[in-house]
Amino acid sequence: MTTTPIQPSSGRRRAARAFPFDDADLDRFRELQQLAYRCAGRVADWLEPGVTERQAAARLRRELTREGVEDFFHVPFAWFGDRTAFRHFKTPIQFFAGRRRLEEGMPFILDCAPVVDGYTADIGYAGKVGENPVWDRIALDLCEYRELILREVRARKPLNEIYQAVDALIAHHGYDNRHKVYPGRVIGHQVTRMKARGPAGVTVFGFGVRTLQTLGRELISERLHGRSPLWADGRSSRHAPTPGLWAVEPHVGFHDVGLKFEELLVVTEDDAYWLDDDLPHVHRWTKEQAR
Amino acid sequence: MTTTPEPAGGPTPRAPAEAEPRRRTVICGGVALAVYEQGDPAKPTVMLVHGYPDTHRVWDDVSAALAEDHHVVRYDVRGAGRSGAPARRAGYRLPQLADDLFAVADAVSPDRPVHLVAHDWGSIQSWEAVTDPRAADRIASYTTMSGPCLDHVGHWIRRRLTRPTPRHLGQLLAQGTHSWYIAAFHLPLLAPAVWRHGLARCWDQVLHRIEDVTPRPGHPQPTLRDDAVRGIGLYRANMLPRVLRPRQRPTEVPVQLVTLTKDHYVSPALAEGLEQWAPNLWLRTLPATHWSALLEKGTTVARMVREFAAHTEGAAAPPGLDRSHRIRQTARRAGKAGGRPFAGRLAVVTGAGSGIGRATALAFAERGADVVVCDIDLDAAERTAELVRLLGPAAHAYRLDVSDGPAMEAFAAEVAAGHGVPDILVNNAGVGHSGTFLETTEKEWQRVLDVNLWGVIHGCRAFGTRMAERGEGGHIVNLASAAAYLPSKVLAAYATSKAAVSMLSDCLRAELVDAGIGVSTICPGIVNTNITRTATFSGLTPEQQAAKQAKFSGLYAKRNYPPEKVAEQIVHAVLHRRPVVPVTFEAKAARLIGRISPALLRATARLNATG
Repeated sequence: MTTTPIQPSSGRRRAARAFPFDDADLDRFRELQQLAYRCAGRVADWLEPGVTERQAAARLRRELTREGVEDFFHVPFAWFGDRTAFRHFKTPIQFFAGRRRLEEGMPFILDCAPVVDGYTADIGYAGKVGENPVWDRIALDLCEYRELILREVRARKPLNEIYQAVDALIAHHGYDNRHKVYPGRVIGHQVTRMKARGPAGVTVFGFGVRTLQTLGRELISERLHGRSPLWADGRSSRHAPTPGLWAVEPHVGFHDVGLKFEELLVVTEDDAYWLDDDLPHVHRWTKEQAR
Repeated sequence: MTTTPEPAGGPTPRAPAEAEPRRRTVICGGVALAVYEQGDPAKPTVMLVHGYPDTHRVWDDVSAALAEDHHVVRYDVRGAGRSGAPARRAGYRLPQLADDLFAVADAVSPDRPVHLVAHDWGSIQSWEAVTDPRAADRIASYTTMSGPCLDHVGHWIRRRLTRPTPRHLGQLLAQGTHSWYIAAFHLPLLAPAVWRHGLARCWDQVLHRIEDVTPRPGHPQPTLRDDAVRGIGLYRANMLPRVLRPRQRPTEVPVQLVTLTKDHYVSPALAEGLEQWAPNLWLRTLPATHWSALLEKGTTVARMVREFAAHTEGAAAPPGLDRSHRIRQTARRAGKAGGRPFAGRLAVVTGAGSGIGRATALAFAERGADVVVCDIDLDAAERTAELVRLLGPAAHAYRLDVSDGPAMEAFAAEVAAGHGVPDILVNNAGVGHSGTFLETTEKEWQRVLDVNLWGVIHGCRAFGTRMAERGEGGHIVNLASAAAYLPSKVLAAYATSKAAVSMLSDCLRAELVDAGIGVSTICPGIVNTNITRTATFSGLTPEQQAAKQAKFSGLYAKRNYPPEKVAEQIVHAVLHRRPVVPVTFEAKAARLIGRISPALLRATARLNATG
């Protein structure tokens, strides 16, 4: 397949958007991401058979607010069992934490997006209770997606092609793409420092009011540049990675088990790197490689 | 009890297998039982117990095959053949029949326990013996066909009546329709009169027409009429007391249950829950009717008995037998048997490294089948095997180019030796090619036909032969395509190869039906697999090819029909023995159009579908 060079859309010169954050900003993003993973880890340690998704999500929210989180990019989510693979999801309502109870051997995913001082983190924490060989296998393979995405972004491939490369890896592994179930089939989305006013902590359809404002503004301004703040496989993602921060969340499933990680990817004008490697899933892989 | 050896026909004790059986008489409970022995008495003893209205002669084929390496003992049960008959109905009670069995076993093999094999009423009375405390020392193994323990049946019915779910009621109804004659046997006068005035005379025709048994001299036995009338006593003496007031009858004896899939009298559902009574259970199936199992498939039954007897004496279980034991173990662990219809089965899938092949391997594995996968890309096949193992069943991966006949033959031999003859074969491997007839080069034609057609031919030959030889039935699935009946000028070679596969399957189906092997043709339409990424196009430069591949991959991805849905249809086709299964809307629509207006279908062939 030939790669189409990025054309300036309809004659308008593409605004070469500079990387909008300095080191202090990145530190704040990193700290917040650490905080989010720390809270998710604490909730994961507390989880045991019998707990419902709603209890887990509520606990996650409490942990976050106790650490000083003021607002949420989206409300905390918790998925248990085959809901980690979004099986039988017909409507977006089903993403919200439900009455499913955790059982021995079940996988779970905690997903939260805290906002502090306009800085946003968006993380996904996958785990299991007891033994689950399918989970173990996917958890190891997930490492390849992190490497693949970084490699392709560094090569400045168009985002939709990277999406397809992830799909090819999923097919190669014999899994199925579960991030396509997210609204807009997104594998990731851009994260900016939110400067919107509006009431903090108020959500509509699971998204913070400030999120919706910021996202709406981004959607319009990026659209003007022929780009999208949402990363999917469609025409609107047919552009090189925009400099900035991207929350990337490859989500794969096999039968009744779904796994994802979600973390911030830093894309500068000529390079890219994961904001932080000090994360539970990265430690898992390093430990495995050391064996 | 006394026994009198009778030198019938003057055979020596170590007569060759094909000689007339040696005869002796065993007296038990005042009735003289005619006992027939074949084979070397030093070898393990196999005892064959016949049913109603047969005599020991129903075992002729099984006995001849087993006598090569076993001491085979048969006897006419009381009231049948040359054995005596009790004076009263009480003489047919099950405890008395079990006493007969132990008396014969003690006479023919006083020092070693015997391997018991029984059919029909022979099986019912053998269950009585197997669940008797004496069995622990006297019975080494038990192979049962078409005759459940009546006490177990009593409990089976009770459980279904106390929990009348639709499924349970369905099972009761199904068995009830199979057992109508039992009620008839309890009516006064009717059954004896029917046997005396006609049924005995035309019994060979009944067996021929309804039971698929080829008429043979000496069968049915000349004493049939009297045997049948006396044998009604078996039903009247035992049925109601045992079924209405069932006892607890467990056993530790290893039991091999051979389910006859075409049995008109005993439904397979009767075996449900048997592991509760016989925890040492092996489950096998044979595509045969109640009588054709013994009279047409005697050698297969003999092989099953031989494998089982050898295994219970310490030999390693052949793969097929081993798998039939694991069915119940896994079902028990999972707490369900209904969700794993392929437990204990082996499926072979070609081209299983990706797409429909991989999805099919996983779909069978999900339902309990062990899987052997092959692909031209060994790594991809290994990956599929790994995924299968994650689901529980065993899986093995091989590298195979299906177009290579000798390689396929070697593969089939290796699979049969290492994992057993498969129950399901899925000939899935195929390549895509697009080009008009005149554009397509000879080399391209050869490649397409080699993989798509010869791959299927090689697979069907190598495995079909072994499946037919094994005699336990099975199923072959051939992946054709909607292109098999939907012509297109730009798919000349591909559509031709798939049409050939379709016709091949139709012919093969007719040939293998008698062997109990089903053949399904699957005709998918546009399915999102990597066949488009590897497809070739005639008359294009490599760059143009790549562009076309990308374009089609995109189109197929947009259609977004996942291979998993095709796999579900394949599983369904095997379960329900569907001959031809079009999958996807376009495949079904094309088939319909072809029937309503063949001319319209021909006209669509002129469209350039690949643009």
